[in-house]
Amino acid sequence: MNWKLAFTIATTHLLSKKKQTIIAMLGVTFGISMFIIMISFMTGVNQFLEDMAMDNTPHIRIYKPIELREEKIIAEGQPQTDKNWYVLEHQRPKNELSKIKNGLIMGQRIEEMPEVLGVAPEVSSQVFFNNGPVQIPGTISGIDIPSEEKLFSLDKKMDEGSLEELQKGSDVIVIGKGLAKKMNAKVGDRVSVTTPSGNNLNVRVVGIFSFGIAAWDETKSYATLATVQKIMGVDPSYITDLNMKLKDKEGAVEFKKKLQQMYPDAYMEDWETANASILAGTKIRNIMTGVVCITLLVVAGFGIYNIMNMNIINKMKDIAILKATGFEGNDITAIFLLQSLMIGIAGGIAGLAIGWFFSYLLSRTPFPAGEFFRISTFPVNFKLFHYMSGLFFGFLTTLFAGYFPSKRAAKVDPVLIIRG
Amino acid sequence: MSTILKATNIVKYFYEPEKFQVLKGISFDANKGEFLSIIGKSGCGKSTLLYILSTMDTDYEGTLEINGQKTTGQGQNQLAHFRNEHMGFVFQFHYLLPEFTALQNVMMPALKLAKYSPDEIEHRAIEKLRLVGMDEYAMKHASKLSGGQQQRVAIARALINDPTVIMGDEPTGNLDKANSQKVFEIFKQLATENQQTIITVTHDPDFANGSDRIIEMEDGHIIGTHFPNGEHS
Ligand SMILES: Nc1ncnc2c1ncn2[C@@H]1O[C@H](COP(=O)(O)OP(=O)(O)OP(=O)(O)O)[C@@H](O)[C@H]1O
Ligand SMILES: [Mg+2]
Repeated sequence: MNWKLAFTIATTHLLSKKKQTIIAMLGVTFGISMFIIMISFMTGVNQFLEDMAMDNTPHIRIYKPIELREEKIIAEGQPQTDKNWYVLEHQRPKNELSKIKNGLIMGQRIEEMPEVLGVAPEVSSQVFFNNGPVQIPGTISGIDIPSEEKLFSLDKKMDEGSLEELQKGSDVIVIGKGLAKKMNAKVGDRVSVTTPSGNNLNVRVVGIFSFGIAAWDETKSYATLATVQKIMGVDPSYITDLNMKLKDKEGAVEFKKKLQQMYPDAYMEDWETANASILAGTKIRNIMTGVVCITLLVVAGFGIYNIMNMNIINKMKDIAILKATGFEGNDITAIFLLQSLMIGIAGGIAGLAIGWFFSYLLSRTPFPAGEFFRISTFPVNFKLFHYMSGLFFGFLTTLFAGYFPSKRAAKVDPVLIIRG
Repeated sequence: MSTILKATNIVKYFYEPEKFQVLKGISFDANKGEFLSIIGKSGCGKSTLLYILSTMDTDYEGTLEINGQKTTGQGQNQLAHFRNEHMGFVFQFHYLLPEFTALQNVMMPALKLAKYSPDEIEHRAIEKLRLVGMDEYAMKHASKLSGGQQQRVAIARALINDPTVIMGDEPTGNLDKANSQKVFEIFKQLATENQQTIITVTHDPDFANGSDRIIEMEDGHIIGTHFPNGEHS
């Protein structure tokens, strides 16, 4: 087959019907640009939500849950009926300390493992905050400030004040933005913290942070390990959580299994379990993006299919001439398939450019996020891969849409046409 | 004198609107270098016969042999290649590709055959256009040419691959006396000098009388053969 000749004929056909060619191209351009905008924005949103959550979520958390005993407490009594035992149906959770045994030492050991980026110990408790008469429920977490900064970049979440003051001062805390608002507390104010067991301490607010997640910002507060241990009235080895980050977050499930073998008694949770709801959202958005993109491409494909069919009906005479003078069926197919592909590629490239332009505009558009989201403009991803796959799918669509009309063109019987 | 085309008992039916026999057993030979005319009343089946001879129409009974090859029963692609190399056509209604220039139209079958380089093909195409007096219009788009001009370009295209057989369905139908005469002389020359076989359908008695042999058709039959300039060998 003579591709060069087929190419010359194809381009001549396209150029001699510029308007029709451009209309055919616009279908592809629209489809591909929408594809780019959709996928850039949707993956941008996914990434933003995931980053926001992942920033603050340990890859693996070791903790001590409050739980029911597995085995029922059996009361052996005098057989009064035919049964000689009783089952206590409604047992209560046991009042156990939520302390991880040898937590600090365990943390140090884990930190030395090669897969681990770092381990941040934490001691946390439910508390009530008071600024005036009203009690506001929340949590207080005692943290090791340097490792918390390193692993969870807490320092970047500070709106007012700083972690340095938290480190230096005694009886000081930083609180979430929402919590501060509820209590009407400002930096420098004193608030009172009460634990469920009744311990109470007056602390000074030295900073206000926001994660961008309302549920956290309205309840959380941080202090040093020592401060929280003091409020709770426990010894300095008392740790409730070990939060770790791994070098490779995808390996979390595997690594958790390994850890579990080393510490069979410890309770562990990996980030995928902890973020199941966010991951489900991501999945749904991905499916939506996929469906919309496929629809757009199918519509563009049908556009090309129609236009190519019309084109071939208009070109019946030419096809007959070419076949009469010795062009084979394959040559004819090549001519029309090339037309379709050129429409696809040119339209696709224009679509990429337009898609990029609008994604860029979107990425510069202020996002009405309200107070809580730490985001100023629409989250948009710019990934070469998306652009490559846009072009690839555009190519594939036009190849597919052009194939059947081109095959039909090859079957045109020249005698029927030339006879008139 | 060698036989270049041999048609044996060609029968053709049309099925639309009802079954109807157009060709009722046509047999004849054409020799190398012979200039042959087919005449007959309108509707007697001349064009139909020519399409079968051209190998484009494969839906017929009987056998056809061209240049020593049996073309009956060959596949479409084989036949396309065969036409490209061995046959040139001028259709009853001049058919050029309207988006291309006269020159490109003439070059097209040669580019497909790719026997010569594109430069050589262009050179040869201009030669052929000069032969039919269309070289000044080489760069003009086919759609911008008059009917007669288009017909002459079509003749130039038929000649481009130096085909063994040239077929024309009223190739001078749209031409004035002077140009008809010119085309006639070109055909005559191709037959005598290049030993190419010419088969034309014509309504022009002067044109027919100038050829070597006239085949007269009526109602799907050959009813007579004349040698207007005396039978030679
Ligand atoms: N596609 C077709 N379907 C049915 N009948 C056809 C078809 N084409 C031609 N015919 C009929 O076949 C007969 C022969 O047609 P053909 O075109 O061969 O005539 P012709 O001898 O070339 O006439 P003219 O001199 O007018 O060109 C005519 O009666 C015509 O009506
Ligand atoms: Mg006719």
